[in-house]
Amino acid sequence: MGKILVTEDDFDIGHEMDLLKQSGVGAIASFVGIVRDHAEGPTLLSMTLEHYDGMTEQEIGKIIDIAYDRWPLAAITVIHRIGRLLPHENIVFVGTASAHREAAFQSAHFIMDYLKTSAPFWKCEETDAGASWVDARDTDDTALEKWR
Amino acid sequence: MKIRYFAWMREHTGTASEELSLPAEITTVGQLADHLKATSDGHNIALRNMKTVRVAVNQQYAQLDSPISDTDEVAFFPPVTGG
Repeated sequence: MGKILVTEDDFDIGHEMDLLKQSGVGAIASFVGIVRDHAEGPTLLSMTLEHYDGMTEQEIGKIIDIAYDRWPLAAITVIHRIGRLLPHENIVFVGTASAHREAAFQSAHFIMDYLKTSAPFWKCEETDAGASWVDARDTDDTALEKWR
Repeated sequence: MKIRYFAWMREHTGTASEELSLPAEITTVGQLADHLKATSDGHNIALRNMKTVRVAVNQQYAQLDSPISDTDEVAFFPPVTGG
């Protein structure tokens, strides 16, 4: 089963890991994305995340379905925050549980790579110099090639 | 039909969402984008480079030649930057 949550609220990493442990398997891998404290130079004051309500959950659901097809997984959790976040706040949590560590590691990596290029979220950074939308990076697209 | 815009495209068009009666001669996403470009300077800026614009029809990724109808929700947005 997969848990998908898109929320303005913070998440408790320990609690999410405990929930994944309840699947009873021997390996859990996780990734946490955090708001940096600097942009490409100026000090970052905040980061605001916008999303396409409805489509976001569908796209994350598709990624989770592919992960379950590719790896022997017992549980997957994907949490993504929206709204205005401050430096050092959590943005995203991906956790995967499996009987095999390779499956847990690889599927968490896969889910993050796909989430970054297909889930409809947009980041706007506020710095001393003003607010600007973050550009998509070609490296995020090339990151997908290793999964083909 | 419902048209939605996100991120900097929303800022250029000045609206997150608008309703439109789809003219009969418009049958694809690309034709719809051309039609919308003519509605304001902001729309023209938002949609001027369709190579960098992503589109979704009824919340599924679509292409410029994807067919549309008057009951669809069509969204235009920049490449995504979540994670």
